[in-house]
Amino acid sequence: MEPAWVALGLSLKVALWATGIDLIVGVAVGFALARWRFPGRELLDSILLLPMVLPPTVLGYYLLVVIGRRGWLGGWLERAFGIHLIFTWQGAVIAAAIVAFPFVCKSARAAFESVDAQFEQAAKVLGLGAAAIFCRVTLPLAWRGILAGTLLAFARALGEFGATLMVAGSIPGKTQTLSIAVYEAVQAGQDDLANGLVLLTSVTCVAVLLLAGRLAPARIPGRS
Amino acid sequence: MTIRAALCSAGRRRRLVPYLAAIALSFAGAPALAADLIVSAAASLTNAFTELGRSFDAAHPDAKVQFNFAASGALLQQIAKGAPVDVFASADQETMNQAERQQLVISGARVNFASNSLVVIVPQDATSLPTSLADLGAPGIRHVAIGVPASVPVGRYTKAVLEKAQLWPAIETKMIGAQSVRQALDYVARGEVEAGFVYGTDAAIMPGKVRIAFTVPTDTPVLYPIAPVAASTNADAARTFVAYVASPAGLAVLARYGFGKP
Repeated sequence: MEPAWVALGLSLKVALWATGIDLIVGVAVGFALARWRFPGRELLDSILLLPMVLPPTVLGYYLLVVIGRRGWLGGWLERAFGIHLIFTWQGAVIAAAIVAFPFVCKSARAAFESVDAQFEQAAKVLGLGAAAIFCRVTLPLAWRGILAGTLLAFARALGEFGATLMVAGSIPGKTQTLSIAVYEAVQAGQDDLANGLVLLTSVTCVAVLLLAGRLAPARIPGRS
Repeated sequence: MTIRAALCSAGRRRRLVPYLAAIALSFAGAPALAADLIVSAAASLTNAFTELGRSFDAAHPDAKVQFNFAASGALLQQIAKGAPVDVFASADQETMNQAERQQLVISGARVNFASNSLVVIVPQDATSLPTSLADLGAPGIRHVAIGVPASVPVGRYTKAVLEKAQLWPAIETKMIGAQSVRQALDYVARGEVEAGFVYGTDAAIMPGKVRIAFTVPTDTPVLYPIAPVAASTNADAARTFVAYVASPAGLAVLARYGFGKP
């Protein structure tokens, strides 16, 4: 069972990093989409939603083409910094972050849009700066919705398989996450290992959901 | 819900029924027809068998061959779990032996139909060409694509030669596990790895993208067996297909794709 624990640790590491990145970028973009009017806003919103709709293999292929050694971004990263993303756990983080991004961004936009603008106007009249209004008025009113989206993003990142397999390969202890370890055990007919892995995955997912219910008791759909 | 809304939604539901029924029917009609012959074949056979299937269909108008290509080990697991497969063609004897031990194939009807070579390939634009297995240990080679030995035959052949050369521990740290020989080929063609182990026939389908660095002699010859699946509901057609693959017409197609005689 030791490889299973290694895979679990790696899955959690990748999912936490991916969720962290999504939280920062997703809240910023969600806020921009909710509050600013600019041409192409809805088009941008649709494009950002794509990872939720596109097959993970399509995303994996895009990623290979863009961050691969022959890709425009991957090639530049390698020449300029010697960074190689394919077949690394950082590559797995990028794949998971992209796949899970819409969950944070969508719920952040909805949460910010549901904040009554009168509160922000009142704070402005009382002399607060834009940053202070965001941190002390808008964010506290929106955080529950953002948290719910973030937990969904974490769950999605934890289960990511297709794009990760294409971009990060399957290196035990390095990029072999739980979902990939399950796939490989089944392919090789190692049913004992597969049984252990799926049990561990199921228990982890139930724990995440229980934690989600604890953290955001009222606002997660189906848990009211 | 108001009465009016309830009536509306009931009306909508009634209109939906024919559509739902149509969808359900199309789903029920999806399983393979009796005349369909499902052949699970090693990934390295993809191009050759696709053409072979076309000529088989032309010669046998009553049968229609459908292929399922993947790593031999993965195909074996599908058959073991009850996939409705009629013929199994594997890239090594070991996988077919496992199938035989589990009585998944008809052992009496098993034949070897092709041979292949194990080669080390590098991306077309590689600056230095390794000429021996020991060269793969050089620091310039950071990643080597190798099929996962547990389920991919090319990985099993590779592990055996590297173990014999006492290089396995050194190369294993550079190993990028591929889910099939074609994934290893793709990793090399994209330049994501500096070298990879594939079959000679795989290297030949990407001439502008990969180069053969050297051929690796194997203790166990790379020999492809084929056999009808025991649980096949289409046993006659399965035997006909196996015979066709091993016939002069079948071998001619395989030879065109670089496979050797069994």
